[in-house]
Amino acid sequence: MSSIPLIERRTVAGRPLRWADEARDIREHAGLLYELVHRDLTVRYKRSVLGFLWTMLHPLLLMLIFVVVFSTMFRARAPHYETYFLSAYVAWNFFAQTTVNAMASVAWNGPLMKRVRVPPSIFTLSIVISGLVNLLLSLIVLFTIIAATGAPIHATLWFLPVSLLIVGVFTFGVALALTAISTIFADVREMVQAGMPALMYLTPIIYPISIVPDRFRWLVRLNPLAYIVEIVRDPIYYGILPSPTTLKLAIMIAIGALTIGWMIFRHLAPRFHAHL
Amino acid sequence: MNVIELQNVSVRYREKRIRSLKEAVIRGFNIHAHDGFFYAMRDVSLEIHEGEAVGIVGPNGAGKSTLLRVAAGIIPPSAGVAISRGPVAPVLELGTGFEAELSGRENIFFNGALLGFSRAYMRSRADDIIAFSGIETFIDAPLRTYSSGMVARLAFAVATAVEAETILLDEILAVGDATFRRQCNERIERFVGSGATVVVVSHDLDSLESLCTRALWLAKGEVIADGDAFDVIARYKASVAERQQLRLERLPL
Repeated sequence: MSSIPLIERRTVAGRPLRWADEARDIREHAGLLYELVHRDLTVRYKRSVLGFLWTMLHPLLLMLIFVVVFSTMFRARAPHYETYFLSAYVAWNFFAQTTVNAMASVAWNGPLMKRVRVPPSIFTLSIVISGLVNLLLSLIVLFTIIAATGAPIHATLWFLPVSLLIVGVFTFGVALALTAISTIFADVREMVQAGMPALMYLTPIIYPISIVPDRFRWLVRLNPLAYIVEIVRDPIYYGILPSPTTLKLAIMIAIGALTIGWMIFRHLAPRFHAHL
Repeated sequence: MNVIELQNVSVRYREKRIRSLKEAVIRGFNIHAHDGFFYAMRDVSLEIHEGEAVGIVGPNGAGKSTLLRVAAGIIPPSAGVAISRGPVAPVLELGTGFEAELSGRENIFFNGALLGFSRAYMRSRADDIIAFSGIETFIDAPLRTYSSGMVARLAFAVATAVEAETILLDEILAVGDATFRRQCNERIERFVGSGATVVVVSHDLDSLESLCTRALWLAKGEVIADGDAFDVIARYKASVAERQQLRLERLPL
């Protein structure tokens, strides 16, 4: 019967997950990853008439509100305010949606995790990937708006994929940590959800950093999300590449988030089953 | 070769679980101070060989389902080591991972992926699955429009259409109407006949007797007896009857 190579799986009490095992496990479950992303993207819209359009309508509606409210306030400092706001907001929205959805995904897939053995991080990964797909869709909206409002389109856009990769790695790391912690402590999800809007206002998304008084600038600089958002806004709105310092910091933040996130996840994952 | 090996496996849970960060903070993170343990499995060691058909019997809460989950690698042991070799298909509950909004056909692919099978492979099995489930006309309708019997049939068809070398079945022989149950039993017999390793948990002792060559009797998380299916099941039946007798005698007149 065994013409295929025999996979031996050993579950040893008290042993945290290993990076190499989990990576191989996910490769073996590539088909499941595809199905999960497919399900995330389709089921969400299956019973709504507008379907996929929601992904696009959401940033449009928000833009309308923010633009009406803030554009007169900030137009002098940020011309083409719509582009200024949206170029950072799409990245922010990806981060916020993905982390919140990832926390919900364990509760959602709990019954499933009780009955089938799958790599525990696969749900988080699938949420990040479907979040990236949604991000690409909202970029389409953004570029349509850029074209419609006559904002300049910059050659520096070629850099955008690099920025998105960094944003994706950072978000995956944060999502891993939050997924693991919120599986053990159910109330963490509500706390994070409540904290998200506050974090958004602490990040220069709707306002230009130049309105922050000098003596508070350091506070913005302490916020890792400021760099994550900046590397996306720079090539789209300012038409510049992120400064080497900013880029280096953003990469370090992303890799740091992934490392810490994975360390938390690998130690907590063997305890998930008792909390599902 | 042993396809499943458990070495001194225990699974235990804390009797009081802290569910929120708030509670943990209030108790000063001293969260394990006064807790006792509840053992779902206690120091179980066993080996299941390639091609064996093993039945597991025991009262509710004996740890039968836990044993299957540990063998499938779903629950990590609290102590000891669990080893499985080759692909293991757990059929622990029908309808696992079925998505109400997806159609029956889409669910076939989704479920196949859960068990680790590719879309291409599932496409090659799809006709067979649909025929066995007997719901050809509804296969492209969303699952939420199905009756529970239809869902069960589709689930069983998916779970057993794939060629896994080890199959773990939990209490599923009792689903569906008489015809469907006969079909299920035939399928399981075919598995056993084809040399696959089958581990079945069931309260249907008669079908276990005819299907299995070996039986395990579990009680309170421990293995009471392990051996020839007829012997073990006969002893289990005797013990159940004895307990019933005792209960009858204690009944006030």
